[in-house]
Amino acid sequence: MTEQAAADSRDVLLRVDNLVKYFPVRTAGFIQRTVGHVQAVDGVSLTIARGTTLGLVGETGSGKSTLARCIAGLIPATSGKVFFDGKDITNLPRRRMAPFRRDIQMIFQDPYGSLNPRRRVGAIIGDPFAVHKTVPAGERKRKVQDLMERVGLNPEHYNRFPAEFSGGQRQRIGVARALALQPKLIICDEPVSALDVSIQAQVLNLLADLQQDYGLTYLFIAHDLEVVRHVSVSVNVMYLGRICEAGPKNPVYETPRHPYTAALLSAAASADPEAAAARQRIILTGDIPSPIDPPSGCRFHPRCPKAQELCGIEEPPLEGKAGDAATHLTACHFPVAAGEKLATAGRREQA
Amino acid sequence: MSITELNWQAQTVEDLAGRTIEGRSQWQLTWRRLRRDKVSMASLAVIIAMILLAIFAPAFASLVHHPANTAYPIAGESAAGQPVAPGTNGFWLGTDDTGRDLMVRVFYGARISLFVGIVTTAIATVAGVAIGLIAGYFGGIVDTILARFTDAVLAFPYVVLALALAVVFGPSLTIIIAVISFFSWAGIARIVRGQTLSLKEKEYIEAARSIGAGPFRIMFVDILPNLLAPVLVLATLYIPSAVVFESTLSFLGLGIQPPTASWGNMLAAAQNFYQTAWWFVLFPALALLITTLAFNLLGDGIRDAMDPTTERLLAARRKARRGGAQ
Repeated sequence: MTEQAAADSRDVLLRVDNLVKYFPVRTAGFIQRTVGHVQAVDGVSLTIARGTTLGLVGETGSGKSTLARCIAGLIPATSGKVFFDGKDITNLPRRRMAPFRRDIQMIFQDPYGSLNPRRRVGAIIGDPFAVHKTVPAGERKRKVQDLMERVGLNPEHYNRFPAEFSGGQRQRIGVARALALQPKLIICDEPVSALDVSIQAQVLNLLADLQQDYGLTYLFIAHDLEVVRHVSVSVNVMYLGRICEAGPKNPVYETPRHPYTAALLSAAASADPEAAAARQRIILTGDIPSPIDPPSGCRFHPRCPKAQELCGIEEPPLEGKAGDAATHLTACHFPVAAGEKLATAGRREQA
Repeated sequence: MSITELNWQAQTVEDLAGRTIEGRSQWQLTWRRLRRDKVSMASLAVIIAMILLAIFAPAFASLVHHPANTAYPIAGESAAGQPVAPGTNGFWLGTDDTGRDLMVRVFYGARISLFVGIVTTAIATVAGVAIGLIAGYFGGIVDTILARFTDAVLAFPYVVLALALAVVFGPSLTIIIAVISFFSWAGIARIVRGQTLSLKEKEYIEAARSIGAGPFRIMFVDILPNLLAPVLVLATLYIPSAVVFESTLSFLGLGIQPPTASWGNMLAAAQNFYQTAWWFVLFPALALLITTLAFNLLGDGIRDAMDPTTERLLAARRKARRGGAQ
């Protein structure tokens, strides 16, 4: 453990160990009975190396945002541990969490909902200074205007309201707020999914520049595979509260081993029409099952083209598969072989 | 989507259409709309006039040389001991049953009524906002206790309790203010709690938590500005009911005690004179009516000015009227 801790403090900024978040489902009324749990995150482990970006992909309802909120300490984890810079920050009370809040910041998905419509932009960006008192009140305006300039906003718009900005500009306001405390880790919860494609690129480039200039570490959550590929060093794929495939970006994208990853990649839009035409699409049937009553065994087995009896019985561990790099992990009993066609089980797209 | 957000979108559109694109706050825009509403402006003028009369009541008293509580048995009463009519012997609005200047006493009554109305509304608003915010934001057992307490206060037969308290503690200005405040905060608390419940789920509240803001900072810096609009409307409408409540207690003899002038106790004294001295009944009653009406109309006007949908309705109506005239 000491060896691991030492390694942690050197190059791993964030380590999540077997994190679980269940939301109780209660009956309505005065006396509430717990009748079940939404298993939003169920035993997720991941590490992020200092100064890199970990991409977290998965469809809606896979638990990505819940995981992000647990890591940021916005909601308490049911069990498991979160280590930041080698220190356990799981479920710390607010006051003891305060120093870590400076190091861990969030950028939110909705550029409209994440800014208070009644407050001026200068007050919103300067809020972290006011809360943590890192900058005396007299210097705040200048500091905020520096931040605005850094993220590509006109500092003269200091007194405007969020409603007077476009979606992309609003997301820059969110970035400026996250930068104010000079954090080490920024959790980006689908930061560009609400923006137009052209604006997405601007915001992604801004995030990349900031990473380079300040040595930031990102946990980048998205459901857009191409966006994640563009920004990430490594990628984790989540399905129904579990990680089904993890590893460096290239092996995961080029030789996906989990059928779910393969299906997601085959469904992604491609900028190259020839490649898109040549590609075989695996169409998943059915919806993502309810996290209140997830399937037994491998959670993907009811929708998996390769599922066999074992998949419904035994949960596959997240482990390295033969022929993969040591860091490429897959939770599957019957991983997809390189070049294997899933057309027999899935359906071919009609041209 | 709440009214306040709708408001915002409407404002943006208006700003784009307008000549200047500059940061106008919600308050500036509300004021612009309110200024165009003649009824609200007239009400505001009446309220300001009433406040000035109340403030300068002693000055009026010295102007006409009739202190409020001084009786003029010779000049102020007829030979039969009845009040004299308006305009008699320098009494512009006549006198009351003991020969005191009615105008000066009506102005002094405004001091009491407006003071009670504004002070109790201020206390009730502060208490109601604080309790509503705390109940709505913290939720759980805190909410259960506070919300049930609020319901209990709302369900109370307040006139009965007010009478009982006034009897037990003896009538005084302090008791009146305490009683009216105690029965006024609950309505505000309930509205604030409801708004807080919906506002606290907004992503910007989560953003505030993620930068490390504590619950009280979030309540007062992030949530409160978003519910000031409904609270302001509600407070404007609470002032007249507090004024009426004070007059009711004074009328029943459990509020402001003679010889201190209050519209309520003046009306009580005037009961026996409505056939012989109409002015004795009319002027205090008129003052009460005008004041409460002005506050109510202003409150309605502010509510309309803050709700952009009413403006669209008004514009549509204007357009229809113009179209009909052509």
